[in-house]
Amino acid sequence: MSDIEPIQLKTYDPAGHDSLANVDYGEVMRYGGMMLSRGSVAPDEELSEGTGSVRMLIDECMEEARPVLNYKVCYRHVRVGWDGDMPVMPFDVHGSRAFARIMKGCTEAVLMAATVGVGIDRLIAKYNRISPSKALIMQALGAERVEAACDLFGDGIKAEMAARGLGCRPRFSPGYGDLPLTVQKEFMVLLDCGHLVGITLNESLLMSPSKSVTAVIGCFPNDA
Amino acid sequence: MSDFKEYLHNHLTYLDGGMGSLLQKKGLKPGELPERWNVSHPDVITGLHRAYYDAGSNVVYANTFGANSLKFGEGELDELVRAAIDNVRSAMKQSTGTQQKFVALDIGPIGRLLAPYGDLDFEEAVEIYARTVRIGADHGVDLIAIETMNDSYDTKAALLAARENSDLPVIVTNAYGDDGKLMTGADPAAMIAMLEGMGATAIGANCSLGPAQLRPVVESYVRLSSVPVILKPNAGLPRSVDGETVYDVMPDEFAGLMAEYASMGVRVMGGCCGTTPEYVRETVNATLPDEERILADNPITDKEISWISSYTHAVRFGGSPVLIGERINPTGKKRFQQALRDHDVGHVLQVGLDEQEKGAHVLDVNVGLPEIDEPALLTEVTKELQAIIDLPLQIDTTDVEAMERALRVYNGKPLINSVNGKREVMNAVFPLAAKYGGMIVALTLDEDGIPDTAERRVDIARNIIAEAARYGIGRKDLLFDTLAMTISADGRAALATLGSLHAIRTELGCNTSLGVSNISFGLPERELVTSTFFGLALEEGLSAAIMNPGSVEMKKTYFAFRALHDMDENCADYIGFATDYADKKQAVASAAASAPAQTSNDGKNGGSGQGGTGASGGTGTGGASGEGAASALSTAIVKGLKEQAATLTAQYIKDGRDSLDIVNQDIIPALDRVGQGFEAKKTYLPQLLMSAEASQSAFEVIKQDFAAHPETAGTSRGKFVIATVHGDIHDIGKNIVKLIMENYGFDVLDLGKDVPPEVVVGEAVRFGTPMVGLSALMTTTVPAMAETIRQLREMAPGVKVVVGGAVLTQEYADSIGADHYAPDAMSTVRWAIDVVEGRA
Repeated sequence: MSDIEPIQLKTYDPAGHDSLANVDYGEVMRYGGMMLSRGSVAPDEELSEGTGSVRMLIDECMEEARPVLNYKVCYRHVRVGWDGDMPVMPFDVHGSRAFARIMKGCTEAVLMAATVGVGIDRLIAKYNRISPSKALIMQALGAERVEAACDLFGDGIKAEMAARGLGCRPRFSPGYGDLPLTVQKEFMVLLDCGHLVGITLNESLLMSPSKSVTAVIGCFPNDA
Repeated sequence: MSDFKEYLHNHLTYLDGGMGSLLQKKGLKPGELPERWNVSHPDVITGLHRAYYDAGSNVVYANTFGANSLKFGEGELDELVRAAIDNVRSAMKQSTGTQQKFVALDIGPIGRLLAPYGDLDFEEAVEIYARTVRIGADHGVDLIAIETMNDSYDTKAALLAARENSDLPVIVTNAYGDDGKLMTGADPAAMIAMLEGMGATAIGANCSLGPAQLRPVVESYVRLSSVPVILKPNAGLPRSVDGETVYDVMPDEFAGLMAEYASMGVRVMGGCCGTTPEYVRETVNATLPDEERILADNPITDKEISWISSYTHAVRFGGSPVLIGERINPTGKKRFQQALRDHDVGHVLQVGLDEQEKGAHVLDVNVGLPEIDEPALLTEVTKELQAIIDLPLQIDTTDVEAMERALRVYNGKPLINSVNGKREVMNAVFPLAAKYGGMIVALTLDEDGIPDTAERRVDIARNIIAEAARYGIGRKDLLFDTLAMTISADGRAALATLGSLHAIRTELGCNTSLGVSNISFGLPERELVTSTFFGLALEEGLSAAIMNPGSVEMKKTYFAFRALHDMDENCADYIGFATDYADKKQAVASAAASAPAQTSNDGKNGGSGQGGTGASGGTGTGGASGEGAASALSTAIVKGLKEQAATLTAQYIKDGRDSLDIVNQDIIPALDRVGQGFEAKKTYLPQLLMSAEASQSAFEVIKQDFAAHPETAGTSRGKFVIATVHGDIHDIGKNIVKLIMENYGFDVLDLGKDVPPEVVVGEAVRFGTPMVGLSALMTTTVPAMAETIRQLREMAPGVKVVVGGAVLTQEYADSIGADHYAPDAMSTVRWAIDVVEGRA
């Protein structure tokens, strides 16, 4: 492969993927901060009247969000060089130790940007004005949805890499550990995010649509 | 210099093709800004331009796609744009092509999403585009090409900047996704309506897809557009082959499709990503020999479509009747007036959402009250409404400044309410409509008042048409209101209205609108007369009615009329309405049959309990007593049932219970129960919020009662100012605290999100609050929180500060000098009560 492969684009039809067609209630509740005080309890065991009404609220939100969710990922494969124990990437890694650790042993990587689109932001904004309970669930749902898209994408990469005798590390995003958020700027350009999937950065380096994720998936030879 | 507009109208016009991929082949690195090559590699850039001219392009876009002041400093921007244009001019001279040649200033998206979903203010965006436009116009381009726009609001900002800062022709192309919409939701009709209204010279689609996938978009454009249509697609879809991006449509196939589209009416052709001069050459070869036939078969004609648009879709007049919701209007509504005085935008939004739910197609927006700053409020309400409601808006004001500011920020083509035959009004309103686009409601009155006869009203309409034409506004953009006046004062009033309506529709060929309910003013059971009049007016060709979408009588007429006039395939809409209507009747009947106090079990059919004129009248006739029903409201609140809580509260008030008594005996105890459950970790936050929302809907009913009987209003527990700090746009947490605080009787002033420190200080002082709550989600905005506290200490030393938000901890709160750290909403409430009661 060359040092940096062309950008590719994937659009997912939820109909073909269980994890996109159906919501993971436990995850939505976790993102909504609803498990913190009680530990992570599987929702089925907790089906008291309380969680039941929360579940209904999640269902309501999902039905409303479903038509506006647009699962898209743009990505490109890159070769990972090494300068001592620091990975050399097409973006500045700012000497991040945490990033070096997760990339250890990797020979290549996938840079990715995923989003579920701006529609869910409108719904969050709408309920933020009229129903904070729904706003809370809607934004937790958005987080769960984009993570589901990332996982689905990651599974595809894992399979592709496995066929080539490579393993994959967990996703690592700009802003994790000591990898600064400013790396986002380079991601936007490297993946042509604005153009391909409609992700842009605001002044605080946060992404719009808000339910978007950028990340690196490090890939390492299994036999090494 | 030849005139581009004239050329465009008499020829097929060819644009250039892809640039980015060709530059990469020449060595542009990933991440490098291509505009810098205008200065560093002028020969390469000029060579590419020349190749396009040689291939037959009439228009070559200067290499300025990303040249804006967010990416480049002022001096560099100027240098790069001028160099870019010089490069095209050199290419033009070098080219051997004999066709007419033009140079376009290319404008792509800024690369930041506009508020409310991003953080870029609309006017800021206009100014960023304006800087590039001014340089290009000064350096003598022939036209401006705005392209690859995937958001309607961003497109409007760019077009407005181009129109305000040059007299050049502006062509605009949008990037449609495979769902046939822009990234932020607009369909082609919405874009065509808005862009034509604002005076774009030619419009169409570019990028994102190949020519085959863009077929539905192209079909929409050629069918609906009154200006020349542009198509500049990608060379199909990209694939990665051996480390290179390749596109799957070859030049001959590309040209074949373009020739087909040209025969359908596309006049302006080029290519985008992945296309090369070869694609343009083949396209020219496939179409230019047929130019005469293609042009003759597809003359540019005004499609005479009367429409307005939101950021997602267009609404057309002249077919199925359009319902314009009238409820966002303070006239005669005490609760709404109070909301405007309190700057309670949330209430306005709630009314709008309610109208949408009840089937309005367009929302009239009127916030005029003598004592408020109407220009500021109308602008704010317009922005807020379009952030959460996708219906087109009717900007309704007599204040010209308010009108202009609202039209400017409106995301689409609005309906403007209104102009009339008075010269002064026409002089003020028509220029605004010509600049910002919009259909205009035109009232058939003039300096002499409202004529009694239909003939005179039609005469006024003729004058208005003639005057509008002077501003380039055609009759398709006028919506005549022939003024419904009450028949209780003049028995011939309805006849004059209907007669002039008929004449304007048939003789003048214009669309019409009426505020139908005026017809029955002063009569009993007004809806009987109003709905019949509505039916008569529809029969005379009424295109739109300004009405209460909650009125069942009006809806009956509307659905029946559409079914009778073959506007409702298989009567599907009518059947849907009738089924719902029958269900409600059934629910009301069974509710009346069972115990009156048991209205709590009819679930969601209860309606919102506000503003409904017809529906609520027939329900709950029983005299429920306070005792047993009191727990019903408490239970509804504990369970978080909004509609029930509102219905029960209304019932209690009707039964004669005192509002304050309801608050103290039913609402507060219920809230306390849930609040304590939350603190004991027995309930989840959403449950607490659902209960709070249910009690809020109960409070809403009580507020209406207070508005009607101000002497009964209770006193507030104390004042509280809340804001999400500067730089932070996350306000869910802040809104949760606000809701709970309001529930506990605090008078909350919500300053919103991204609030500068000096605004917090100024408002805290003005409002006279003893405490301020600040929220922040991101570590990056904690310094803004610290600065806000510092300024508060300096300017408002007595004010106590509570802070909260995801990143905060007790230590953090201490280090920035806050009085209290609240991990959740209930903690804020407890602390605030301590403050007002002198314990904290």
